Amino acid sequence: MSTFFYIILNIANSIDNNLNFLYNTPISEFKEINARAKKGGAILSEPILKVQNLKTVFFTDDGQVPAVDGIDFYINEGEILGIVGESGCGKSVTSLSVMGLVSEPGKIVDGKIHFNGEDITHAPERKMRTLRGNEIAMIFQEPMTSLNPVFTIGDQLTEAIRIHRKISKKQAKDRATELLQLAGLPRPKALLDNYPHQLSGGMRQRVMIAMAMACDPKVLIADEPTTALDVTIQKQILNLMKKLNRETGTAIVLITHDLGVVAQMCERVIVMYAGKIVEEGAVRDIFNHPSHPYTKGLLASVPDLRRQTSRLYSIPGNVPKPGSITEGCLFYPRCQEAMAICAQKRPGLVDLKNGHRVRCFLHGEVEEA
Amino acid sequence: MLETVVKPNAPVPGPEEQKEKVDSPFREALRSFKKNKLAIIGTLIILLFIILALLAPLIRPEGYNHQLLADRLKPPSSAHWFGTDDFGRDILTRILYGARISLWVGFVSVVGAIVAGTFLGILAGYYGKTVDMIISRIFDIMLAFPSILLAIAIVAILGPSLQNALIAIATVNVPNFGRLVRSKVLSLKEEEFIVAARAIGMRDARILFYHILPNSLAPIIVQGTLSIATAILDAAALGFLGLGAQPPQPEWGRMLSDSREYITNAPWTVLFPGLAIGLTVLGFNLFGDGMRDALDPRMKK
Repeated sequence: MSTFFYIILNIANSIDNNLNFLYNTPISEFKEINARAKKGGAILSEPILKVQNLKTVFFTDDGQVPAVDGIDFYINEGEILGIVGESGCGKSVTSLSVMGLVSEPGKIVDGKIHFNGEDITHAPERKMRTLRGNEIAMIFQEPMTSLNPVFTIGDQLTEAIRIHRKISKKQAKDRATELLQLAGLPRPKALLDNYPHQLSGGMRQRVMIAMAMACDPKVLIADEPTTALDVTIQKQILNLMKKLNRETGTAIVLITHDLGVVAQMCERVIVMYAGKIVEEGAVRDIFNHPSHPYTKGLLASVPDLRRQTSRLYSIPGNVPKPGSITEGCLFYPRCQEAMAICAQKRPGLVDLKNGHRVRCFLHGEVEEA
Repeated sequence: MLETVVKPNAPVPGPEEQKEKVDSPFREALRSFKKNKLAIIGTLIILLFIILALLAPLIRPEGYNHQLLADRLKPPSSAHWFGTDDFGRDILTRILYGARISLWVGFVSVVGAIVAGTFLGILAGYYGKTVDMIISRIFDIMLAFPSILLAIAIVAILGPSLQNALIAIATVNVPNFGRLVRSKVLSLKEEEFIVAARAIGMRDARILFYHILPNSLAPIIVQGTLSIATAILDAAALGFLGLGAQPPQPEWGRMLSDSREYITNAPWTVLFPGLAIGLTVLGFNLFGDGMRDALDPRMKK
């Protein structure tokens, strides 16, 4: 059995190596942008995107549901930030809030979102439209449904470019070809005339990435970009994103539930639980010294190939419905290390070291403000 | 998966491969439409009537009101294939000219209903809330009446004429299209590519016309072709009741009602206009069914 996996792994690797030539296409324009970004990064100490105490509440018939409950984070230019958590912990709502795309009945009720030093929390729709796609771009979880089935790839790409750039159709088409090539797609010219259903999931996600990169955004929010793809394609997509990050200086917010992806891609990571940040810090610190019982649980749930276990570990229970736990720590009902205080009081974030912060009474009795 | 087979030393695809045939969704639908025999028959019937309608002045230059009082109520013969009516007018001639009226009313009323219904449906579906509430309730009220009754009421208000009958038929059809488009928009709105379009900064109007409208075209086209059949029937019904075309216009329904006294001694005066109505409606129904099967196989029973 293990030899079988070994062979599969080898094949996957060799495919990936063979594809490397595609990634290494030199594009002078992007080198230039990269240089510019580096220069700018040195002067600008202010993070490109800063979110303070963000609270997004859904007003449903059953009452208010705080999907995101007071989140703070920032991302510097050219950085890759990971946001990790189980399904339903508010990761996607966070990213939609930043884009200003939270739909009814959801609403940002509190907090500030600063982009490039400017408060965009309640910016008018007109202003947000000039930012979306242009300065902040987003790619989605499901590449199979993220493209309009009735138009060709070329139509949709040129459309995306021409929303923000006043250029001719011909120029947009050239740019689209260039973007597809940048995204590592073979035969970019021919692909322009293809319809989405003729492409595989991995290719579609590359098209989505090409579309997101169309206007050289400063921040790219990737909402579980590889969840719907198989492992080999996942690796290629992640490599592509990392390469784009290096070459263009685009900061990436990578939302995922896959810790392996985070370890491979990110510098810093935020662990979310039930709409709150429970732990954040450098990837190395979090992986070597997980401090919150939830983070420990997440790490323990990753199967280790070196050990023979009959059962995979899982954190007991489910993420509570937002707003259903009214007192005590939100993780208390599922926590393996719960103490008496956890049932009564809400823990606040405790600073450990090097920006490593954790929301747990095990590390100091700090109550939530 | 294409990307996994591409290797650095793989041969560059030849020109034939690069020009691989890419079918647009429309072309694909056309191909499956062509395979449907009944749909082709329907199309041929419609084409026949359209050609006859267009060529009517050439085939019968004397016009639809040419009266030969000596030849009143003559049975079908080599001179008058379909016989003559009580004014001695050739029935074939009147049916040919009548095709112009029926097809015109069918097309224009349905196109009008599609434009208005789509516009209202998109507004209701995309903006929701109060807009949806108002538009949908108006549709509900309109649909609460039997359509022909509502059409009669509208004609009664506007006064009987062919043009008013057309307006009435169009109005009666608006809620059908409105509801259809609204439901389609509601489901499309949740599609990820709409969120993705908003995420690249596309404005609402552009999303509506670039993403939502083209994706809701299939059911509109299907409903549209089927509606032409009912619109023609409604026009004939209004004509029969004296609320549509006025004499001497050769509207088929009008011809039926004008000749109904002679049904026993000159049945051809009623038979041929009736056949014309039946055949046209059959043609549009077959065509519409074929369109439905071609455009959306899931709608098939």
